[in-house]
Amino acid sequence: MSQTTDATARSQPLLRVENLVKHFPIRRGIIIQRQVGAVRAVDGVSLHIYPGETLGLVGESGCGKSTLGRTIVRLYKPTRGRVLLRVHNGNGHAQEVDLTDLKGKELRRMRRHIQMVFQDPYASLNPRMSVGQIIAEPLLVHGIGSPQEREERVKELLTLVGLRPSHINRYPHEFSGGQRQRIGIARALALQPDFIVLDEPISALDVSIQAQVVNLLQELQQKFRLTYLFIAHDLSMVRHISDRTAVMYLGKIVELADRDELYQHPLHPYTKALLSAVPVPDPKKEREKQREILQGDVPSPVNPPSGCRFRTRCPLAEAVCAEREPELREVAPRHWVACHLI
Amino acid sequence: MDAQTAVLDIRDLRTEFVTEEGVVHAVNGISYRLHQGQTIGVVGESGSGKSVSVLSVLRLLPSPPARIVGGEVWFKGQDLLKLPEKEMRRIRGKEIAMIFQDPMTSLNPVLTIGFQIMEPLMLHLHMGKKEARERAIELLHMVGIPEPQKRVDDYPHQFSGGMRQRAMIAMALACQPTVLIADEPTTALDVTIQAQIVDLVKRLRDELGMALIWITHDLGVVAGLADRVIVMYAGLIMEDAPVDELYEHPQHPYTRALLRSLPRMDEEAGRPLETIEGLPPDLLQMPQGCPFAPRCTYVRPECRTQRPPLVEIQPGHRVACWVDLETGALRS
Ligand SMILES: Nc1ncnc2c1ncn2[C@@H]1O[C@H](COP(=O)(O)OP(=O)(O)OP(=O)(O)O)[C@@H](O)[C@H]1O
Ligand SMILES: Nc1ncnc2c1ncn2[C@@H]1O[C@H](COP(=O)(O)OP(=O)(O)OP(=O)(O)O)[C@@H](O)[C@H]1O
Ligand code: SF4
Ligand SMILES: [Mg+2]
Ligand SMILES: [Mg+2]
Repeated sequence: MSQTTDATARSQPLLRVENLVKHFPIRRGIIIQRQVGAVRAVDGVSLHIYPGETLGLVGESGCGKSTLGRTIVRLYKPTRGRVLLRVHNGNGHAQEVDLTDLKGKELRRMRRHIQMVFQDPYASLNPRMSVGQIIAEPLLVHGIGSPQEREERVKELLTLVGLRPSHINRYPHEFSGGQRQRIGIARALALQPDFIVLDEPISALDVSIQAQVVNLLQELQQKFRLTYLFIAHDLSMVRHISDRTAVMYLGKIVELADRDELYQHPLHPYTKALLSAVPVPDPKKEREKQREILQGDVPSPVNPPSGCRFRTRCPLAEAVCAEREPELREVAPRHWVACHLI
Repeated sequence: MDAQTAVLDIRDLRTEFVTEEGVVHAVNGISYRLHQGQTIGVVGESGSGKSVSVLSVLRLLPSPPARIVGGEVWFKGQDLLKLPEKEMRRIRGKEIAMIFQDPMTSLNPVLTIGFQIMEPLMLHLHMGKKEARERAIELLHMVGIPEPQKRVDDYPHQFSGGMRQRAMIAMALACQPTVLIADEPTTALDVTIQAQIVDLVKRLRDELGMALIWITHDLGVVAGLADRVIVMYAGLIMEDAPVDELYEHPQHPYTRALLRSLPRMDEEAGRPLETIEGLPPDLLQMPQGCPFAPRCTYVRPECRTQRPPLVEIQPGHRVACWVDLETGALRS
């Protein structure tokens, strides 16, 4: 199943995610641990990411965004499904590598191509390591360069992300939140990856600092032709940064389309509700807005509703929605939706 | 807009924290009036003094390390800062109620939700147990908890995040306060749940005729909620204006920059965002002049040495800046 009908308009996908599933077992018992259920965090996700693009991923807390990102970069082993990455092998040819079952050294080798930046700039940096050590770590692990060469590279990376090379011996606590996020980005760039998963890279930052980091990410993307999966719950920021946007609900992608198409012509009732809930910084528009307010909370991913997972909150739900699970279908060119009524 | 209709009148409030590293100047002289039935939105970035200022009003800060070093807070003819603690307790919860960002800080995990709503009713309104319980169920129903007769005996951990926030609102509204202060009550929630809560508070505010102070760092949320918006920076008010005026004609460089650094749902995507370079000042060493001067693109030499006073440039619109952004001239 391909997400482009018009294959010539686009290059080959850099990354293919096929029917990816990640369940976390729930165990009970003190001596003998029995599995009594599972958190179905990611429950059958397929998507393609193309070279140089930013795919935005939005959805409410707990819907599985981070788990999807972490499974793609293989911080988690998938329960089922596959992750395929296209890598250039030096002599001008590209080849698809299946990341799903890689282990140890093989997995480490692939990590050069695929990196992650985390939400919390405080928790994701080791407080006992200097900035120089933090950024050089991936180089060290891959045995790249002499100590002097690594130091040069770290200084180059610090400059690249807008920090001073003279900060190389400082520790994370000596930096502000925005600066720490820059350190995380420098570390992710150290091995010149093709693809970076950005898991809420600006959510912990102040509005005035968010813009600095977002502009930096966009600059770096152009400079190095990076491909991003940008995870966030701030829909206006995702609109700003992404080329295509995917909407996730309870472990599933419910809608995926080009950015403007998704924001201007949302089709899935969940996407519509999500977009209508975003407050805009304009009092006149806010007053005129007919807000569609969703009732209730997101159900538990341990026991998701039968059929369509959104049906318990969906204003349109009909009998069929409880019976069958809607498939993600291409209902207009490049516009994918999983809903029975569309 | 005279003092007679103001339900809360905050004058030159100053709060500090005495720490090992020195004195943190958290709130540095703020004044504003809240009128009957009015909603004020207070915005500003992390550390700008939004929470400390309202916690000072209710005298909820532990001392030490906090100390209120100046100002007056007038409510119903008395200065709350001079009230004995016993009388202050009667004001809190009954007259002025507060809801917090994290409901778990104000909900007790070992008591049922119902009991926690009943407590202020029995304490302040002297209701009997049966009557209080009925009222608690009514309040839970009012804030949209399904099957309140059953859920009233649940403990906080049995509620979802959004439901806890609702329960906290029910608690805060139990005694029909004159003033409700909401400190980022939706920041930790998803947009769809945030929309539910904002809608709920708006409806209850209008039904009960409460005055509301809503603290947030989200300029979108207050746009649809507030009558007036106060912008804080480094423990000071930078700008205070009617909501439309603030968004359409911001007159402080910080407010302007803040509004421009936001991505907007209603504009062409993809343009680089405008940034505000640098960081807010270190509150251990409050600068002598304008606290925004190091990051300001309009800065003049006098900005660095003298602090601009908050002056009314038009009826109801106050700005603390030496430069008139419309003409580029210095304000006298
Ligand atoms: N390591 C884990 N073990 C067990 N359950 C987990 C684990 N990590 C995540 N989960 C559960 O999986 C579901 C999806 O979580 P995930 O962190 O992927 O959501 P998210 O969309 O990133 O949410 P948020 O917006 O809050 O970051 C949640 O129910 C979560 O509690
Ligand atoms: N107990 C304390 N000891 C020392 N400093 C404190 C204490 N509590 C708050 N502060 C400082 O007072 C200043 C104002 O804090 P406040 O909590 O009011 O900020 P805020 O505007 O509410 O920020 P946020 O958006 O992060 O909630 C901050 O610089 C903070 O570090
Ligand atoms: S007083 Fe000066 S530094 Fe401060 S905001 Fe106005 S122009 Fe900028
Ligand atoms: Mg997450
Ligand atoms: Mg606060």
